[in-house]
Amino acid sequence: MTTTLNFQDWLALTQLYADYASAVDSGNWDLWPEFFTDDCVYRLQPRENHERGFPLATLAFTSKGMLKDRVYGIKETLFHDPYYQRHVVGTPVIREVGEGRFRCEANYAVFRTKLSDASTVFNVGRYLDVVVHTPDGLKFASRECIYDSEMIPNSIIYPI
Amino acid sequence: MNASSTVFPDQPVWEDDGTHRIPFVAYTSEAIYRKELERFFYRNHWCYVGLEAEVPNPGDFKRTAIGERSVILTRDADGALHVVENVCAHRGMRFCRERHGNRKEFVCPYHQWSYTLEGDLQGVPFRRGVKQDGQVHGGMPADFKTADHGLTKLKVATRGGVVFASFDRDVEPFEDYLGPTILGYFDRLFNGRQLKILGYNRQRIPGNWKLMQENIKDPYHPGLLHTWFVTFGLWRADNKSQLRMDDRHRHAAMISTRGSAGTAEQVTQVSSFKESMQLYDPSFLDIVPEPWWGGPTAVMTTIFPSVILQQQVNSVSTRHIQPDGHGSFDFVWTHFGFEDDDEAMTSRRLTQANLFGPAGFVSADDGEVIEFSQEAFESKPFHRTLAELGGREVENTEHMVTETLIRGMYRYWRDVMEAPA
Ligand SMILES: [Fe+2]
Repeated sequence: MTTTLNFQDWLALTQLYADYASAVDSGNWDLWPEFFTDDCVYRLQPRENHERGFPLATLAFTSKGMLKDRVYGIKETLFHDPYYQRHVVGTPVIREVGEGRFRCEANYAVFRTKLSDASTVFNVGRYLDVVVHTPDGLKFASRECIYDSEMIPNSIIYPI
Repeated sequence: MNASSTVFPDQPVWEDDGTHRIPFVAYTSEAIYRKELERFFYRNHWCYVGLEAEVPNPGDFKRTAIGERSVILTRDADGALHVVENVCAHRGMRFCRERHGNRKEFVCPYHQWSYTLEGDLQGVPFRRGVKQDGQVHGGMPADFKTADHGLTKLKVATRGGVVFASFDRDVEPFEDYLGPTILGYFDRLFNGRQLKILGYNRQRIPGNWKLMQENIKDPYHPGLLHTWFVTFGLWRADNKSQLRMDDRHRHAAMISTRGSAGTAEQVTQVSSFKESMQLYDPSFLDIVPEPWWGGPTAVMTTIFPSVILQQQVNSVSTRHIQPDGHGSFDFVWTHFGFEDDDEAMTSRRLTQANLFGPAGFVSADDGEVIEFSQEAFESKPFHRTLAELGGREVENTEHMVTETLIRGMYRYWRDVMEAPA
């Protein structure tokens, strides 16, 4: 498969990645599900499970509705220490260009800052993505966050 | 009120011979913690090491921990299971660095001492020295016997595909250790079916290890802290429930059966409940009863000191407590299914796993509250917690409105910790 894509697609793709990072760091959680298609897949999975072929994920959602349910959980039901998060996302690598879809991946690091506390490395890994063209622009049909971080520092509440 | 006059007492001061007020210092003292390691994790007790399905083939191994000591679960060429300590007999190195794999033998890279999967020392380089100019130089002393220098071998118990081990060769039989009541709940979950590993979650919780045992012995909090449970009808005050302990009150089972009578509003006093709340995607709650449940929809079993067995509707897991100092523990979740699960059941177990683990809708908040309890304990170690819901005694009950299981665990804790050495 050739990995040629035009400049406009490339621009839209890098914009999608930047927008996503900006949205999940903004504290406005309702923005998050809108980056996905209705029948999307979102998974947050330890690298260990991914590489050993174990299906368990820390979070595994299979619809945009589930993402909205997660947002409700974050806002209304999950008691947690408030924190800021900050994503630093690398330039996407395009693995495959298909008809109206791209398979790509990107490294990410998320820093967590709790109130009155120092900033620490929170979760580090890579995104494995399938991005599709829709009438509303590029959306994630699938985003898997495969994280290296061996120990979650207590809990993960907000979307990676 | 506070029997101790100092802010930083050395010893826990209990108000009387009960266990309904637990001194903060029990969670903050390094000396008490070391005594716990010795008396609970390294002596007289069975600790969880894993599931047989994690080491299905000859040569398979899994590295894990009992207390703070690194141990390796192995399956030898004949299929027998062994647990050995990950400390080379020579220079003490933790030689096994992979967390899982398959080996014919273990070799410590430092000086290439080699061991069988059972832990016997089999090879020592230059044991008989080096011959040079007709002379033998060096080597181990003539009376050195490999048989005296194996790895530390633990006593192993397996039941229903679950492996426990003990450093203490004189520990009582595993079945006696659990006692008949808790053994019954253990066998309900692990009834001989082959287990299928679904994967792991690992989190580091900055709190004393006992707080996790207490969290799963506390039926007071789920309907209050975990508002998700209440909002979507999984937890209701009219749930039929029982609390059960072994004779020594160290282990416990919280057994509940979902209630269905009345609207949730009539049976909960929880202000967070929202009658109109609906999930966008109801598959989180696609619950299908399984014949082996035999009634209860959830049984949470705490096996003291090292593991929690979870059955919450279709989601089943072991949760392994690996303490690291008095103020932190690693919490390792192993989710599994059963050999006879069809694809739909496997995917149901995986979807319901969203409720649990370090990001789970009803578990992430448990880690958070443990962290904040520990913060306060550290700053005010002369104080104590209160566990008086449902009275001051220790007893099995037919309801959830009690902290009896926590009092029971500290009854046992006091018996062991206050005993002469
Ligand atoms: Fe809880």
